[in-house]
Amino acid sequence: MADAVEKPKESFRLSMLIYDTRYRSMTIQLVVFALFVAIAAWLVDNTVRNLAALGKDFDFGFLSVRAGYDIAQRLVPYTQDSTHLRALIVGLMNTLLIAVMGCALATVVGIAVGVLRLSSNWLVARLMTVYVEMFRNVPILLWILLFYTVFTEASPAPSVFRGDEGRGLLFGLFAVTNRYTAIPAIGVDNGFGSLDLGLFPVNLSLLAVVVVLAISLFVRSRLNRHAAAIQAETGRRPVTWWKSLLIVVLPLVILLWVMGVHLLVPTISGFNFTGGVNVPNSFMALWLALSLYTGAFIAEIVRAGILAVSRGQSEAAFALGLRPGRTMSLVILPQALRVIIPPLISQFLNLTKNSSLAIAVGYLDLRGTLGGITLNQTGRELECVLLMMLIYLAISLVISAVMNVYNSRVRLKER
Amino acid sequence: MTKIAILGTLTAMGLAAGAASAATLDDVKARGELICGVNPGLTGFAAPDASGNWSGFDISLCRAIAGAVFGDGNKVRFVPTTSETRFTALASGEVDVLVRNSTWTFSRDADLGLDFAGVNYYDGQGFMVHQDLGVTSAKELDGATICIQTGTTTELNLADYFAVNGMSYTPVAVQSNAEGEQQYLAGACDAYTTDASGLAATRAAFATPADHIILPEIISKEPLGPATRQGDSQWNDIVRWTLNALVAAEEYGVTSANIEELSASSQNPEVRRLLGTEGTLGEMLGLDADWAANAISVGGNYGEIFAATIGEQTPIGLARGLNAQWTQGGLLYAPPFR
Amino acid sequence: MSDTHAQTVPFVRDTMLSEAPPPAGQAGAVRWLRENLFAGWLNTVLTVLGLVAVFFLLRGLLPWFLHGVWNAQTLGECRQIIAERWGPDATGACWAVIRDRWTQFLFGFYPSELYWRPVLALVLLFVALAPVLFPAVPRRLTLFSLLYPFVGFWLLWGGSIWQPVMVLLGFVLGYGAWRLLRDRAPLLAPFAGVVVALLWWLVLCGPLRDLFASILPIGLESVRSDRFGGFVLSLTIGVAAITLSLPMGIALALARRSDMFLIKTLSVCFIEFIRGVPLITLLFTASLLLNYFLPPGTNFDIILRVIIMVTLFAAAYIAEVVRGGLAALPRGQYEAADALGLNYMQAQRLIVLPQALKISIPGIVSTFIGLFKDTTLVIFVGLLDPLKGITDAVRASTDWKGIYWEPYIFVGTIFFLFCFGMSRYSMHLERRLKREHR
Repeated sequence: MADAVEKPKESFRLSMLIYDTRYRSMTIQLVVFALFVAIAAWLVDNTVRNLAALGKDFDFGFLSVRAGYDIAQRLVPYTQDSTHLRALIVGLMNTLLIAVMGCALATVVGIAVGVLRLSSNWLVARLMTVYVEMFRNVPILLWILLFYTVFTEASPAPSVFRGDEGRGLLFGLFAVTNRYTAIPAIGVDNGFGSLDLGLFPVNLSLLAVVVVLAISLFVRSRLNRHAAAIQAETGRRPVTWWKSLLIVVLPLVILLWVMGVHLLVPTISGFNFTGGVNVPNSFMALWLALSLYTGAFIAEIVRAGILAVSRGQSEAAFALGLRPGRTMSLVILPQALRVIIPPLISQFLNLTKNSSLAIAVGYLDLRGTLGGITLNQTGRELECVLLMMLIYLAISLVISAVMNVYNSRVRLKER
Repeated sequence: MTKIAILGTLTAMGLAAGAASAATLDDVKARGELICGVNPGLTGFAAPDASGNWSGFDISLCRAIAGAVFGDGNKVRFVPTTSETRFTALASGEVDVLVRNSTWTFSRDADLGLDFAGVNYYDGQGFMVHQDLGVTSAKELDGATICIQTGTTTELNLADYFAVNGMSYTPVAVQSNAEGEQQYLAGACDAYTTDASGLAATRAAFATPADHIILPEIISKEPLGPATRQGDSQWNDIVRWTLNALVAAEEYGVTSANIEELSASSQNPEVRRLLGTEGTLGEMLGLDADWAANAISVGGNYGEIFAATIGEQTPIGLARGLNAQWTQGGLLYAPPFR
Repeated sequence: MSDTHAQTVPFVRDTMLSEAPPPAGQAGAVRWLRENLFAGWLNTVLTVLGLVAVFFLLRGLLPWFLHGVWNAQTLGECRQIIAERWGPDATGACWAVIRDRWTQFLFGFYPSELYWRPVLALVLLFVALAPVLFPAVPRRLTLFSLLYPFVGFWLLWGGSIWQPVMVLLGFVLGYGAWRLLRDRAPLLAPFAGVVVALLWWLVLCGPLRDLFASILPIGLESVRSDRFGGFVLSLTIGVAAITLSLPMGIALALARRSDMFLIKTLSVCFIEFIRGVPLITLLFTASLLLNYFLPPGTNFDIILRVIIMVTLFAAAYIAEVVRGGLAALPRGQYEAADALGLNYMQAQRLIVLPQALKISIPGIVSTFIGLFKDTTLVIFVGLLDPLKGITDAVRASTDWKGIYWEPYIFVGTIFFLFCFGMSRYSMHLERRLKREHR
């Protein structure tokens, strides 16, 4: 299409719109655009007519109506008297929680398994292969169901833990029961309260921790940059590790001490554990199933990434006298990352999208609240499904954007 | 491009139903079969057997309607619907009638574009608990963990009941009755709540039914009934009066065994009108004169259907209770056929 | 000096020693164990952990599997038999449910006397795939591959044979029109082909079909969509969606790489939208919303609606796979095509796409595997998929109420065999194609 553009000698004729490459692409685009608009208009027109025929309207007013149902796991305050919008936010929070935790665990599992699959240990390599193949070739829905059942069938009831103080708790902190997994909570004696933004309250104590951490990390990166500058000038790197440690740890410790943070250990009282946080089994099962399923895929990606780094690299590292562990962390993984990141993004997206199967174990996420109960109670399919699609799309785009930024940072800088 | 071809193809093949016009009866007759939206699996009410033949209480009503329209109870196709898709399937014309243990409520009738055509089972929401919990009343369930099927009216009732009584609870949402059973048995919840009929059926299937108690409280009214599309009163009448015919037949002692004899020799004018040997009731509905007789001969009258699918002789073992005839102290009361 | 030296040495060996076996620690099983299981303390720890995990898994599961019962009519009977044989507290699998209902898991409610049809359709599917599977098959077979969608459709749904034949004729006529005009008006030819085909389908197809059907009523017993279920349903949806989405995906991939801004934008928007939402929302669209988007009164089969949405879904993924294939082609290929003076269509058809698609085959296979697994989600719109749909239906029958693990294990195993086979095969393909690209 790269024609030398010169002034047309002859006058313009209509046929040039088709035969002249300078104009042809415009013609094609116009035709396609017209078709697209026509189809879109046709769909919208149909929708309007169908809605009219059913006597329905397109209106999101139902979001401000009382929901009337309860949600077991809620990260923001919610009662049955809250609105459908609030239920939607509770569901969205649950989706985001499972997505973030799932991606984190899946990455850890994936990297560990991917490295272990390449291990020289025959048994371990075989076991990891079995794990990967088992999980990759069976539908995720089945894993979610099975994990849930294992949790409910194989764990003891909370009442079993009654009797001696803390008997049977893992490290005295965790208890896996057939209803929930009790984990210690973080108690704050004198926090900064919380600020209600209308949609959801912001816990100011948590915010304070995040802000302090962010500032510490920023200062540390400045310190490192300064050290690098000195190294570039003099060839010697000043010792910075203890400064970094202080900068990161000290303000945080002071802050936590000021707030009086302590662990709240779950204790059994009556039928159930109190004091800690009771994580419902639906969440645990979903989290493990999604993480292990996606982890199997990530393991394959990691393995392929490591194998993509040429043998010469590791041989050179050995020749320099690096230990195998350091070779892996300093030479091979950084190079493998470039190959790993792009497919990893799509695995994160898959995990997020697969979390919409939560309803199979009764975990009320976005699809369970907005696309499930709310849709059912209000009968607003069109609005609910469209809204659900848009929200999922937004989540996916955000994940893509964040990961793409990271990807562009690890990408090979070709000059 | 290929899609249009396939569309044309499928329309021709009868895969694609034609337009869902205002007159469902004409559509059904033109198609040669009734399409009935049902539950994909609820013991006793609707479940397919090994060869894919559906049976159950709801299924029998579908067959009776097909009998009324075609004189043949097998001219019916069953479409499994989920709790999310059921009303849409009906409103969009995918199914002609929805018999899926759906509760008749004001908002569903007024807002969702449905018309309920009566009640084929009077139910109510109850609780089942493990015997060793030591609970004898639903009022003692404060703080309990309760398994609940999502996508039904039961969630709302449960929330209301606990709010009214000032109690707290932890809901454990389950997707289907089978899932709920499994969770409850494993002890993942203290109590399982659903319609009392479902509880009885569930308990009957346990290895040790005696270890589970169904609490006396019924916390809601759940009139389960067939629904049709709004704005087609003729079709709604057909469904409504088919159901009424089954109920009336039981009241007058018309059974599938004696129906031939009665239609020939009955002296009771009500029975004669019902069976079409007198009067023009069928014509008013746009059906044959012997429509009700056909409907009754498919699976028997209401009592026979009940006994065969969910009654005390079946593994499910439900008592008639509220679903007995008004003459027996129940709520079944068919309006007169005249 | 050597002779004097020979005098002084008391003993000189004049025969070679036979080879001695290596020390026990350096040979055979012991060496293998040491190198592969206990090389260093870390590996030893890993090995022990692995063995412990295997032991506990087996200890938990083996008794249950070993106590399996194959002959029983109901779950209660199963429990009785297990209690009699292994003692009152023993647990065991009740495989009798699989024995009783396996046909339902595989075929849904397909009429049992017609089981040969889906089976034959599956066998023919492999024949149709032969040109892809084996490089050695004759080129003639590709003709059959092109015919297969119609054959498969006819076998599964039955009905009059003239239906697929007439639809096929539309394609043939469109192709003919394109061939006729190709040399005279290269730009108008594709349009002409499309228009001719559309006219045929919309105007002549129906009447002619009815005419032929009345003259020569050849056909199979027609099977309605609601009889579909189990693996027949999964495979039908999966295969149909992938087949239909291939041309669409290729078009989208080409559009995404085109220079025209508008076309590129539309294609990017479509692909990113579809890839950004979960399949379940698209299935909801199929079951809840498609009726809103189509002209009032249109209403067609739920399986078809699901296939349409799953096709759109697959098309976006295939587009990305094909785009990867296009990007993997060396620039020189494009430049060479331009240098030969080929126009865009010719260049794509003769040079770019054949190579790019070949590179994309493994990706397409893995897309298919993912899609095949995802067909289990159709349960959420009320279709009876093998995993949860049929299982729930079986669990709702009074005989098998309360059964849990066995159906899941059975279905999971079948899925595993299918997907594992396909993924191994695609690895093999990848290796084969790699060799050709060196």
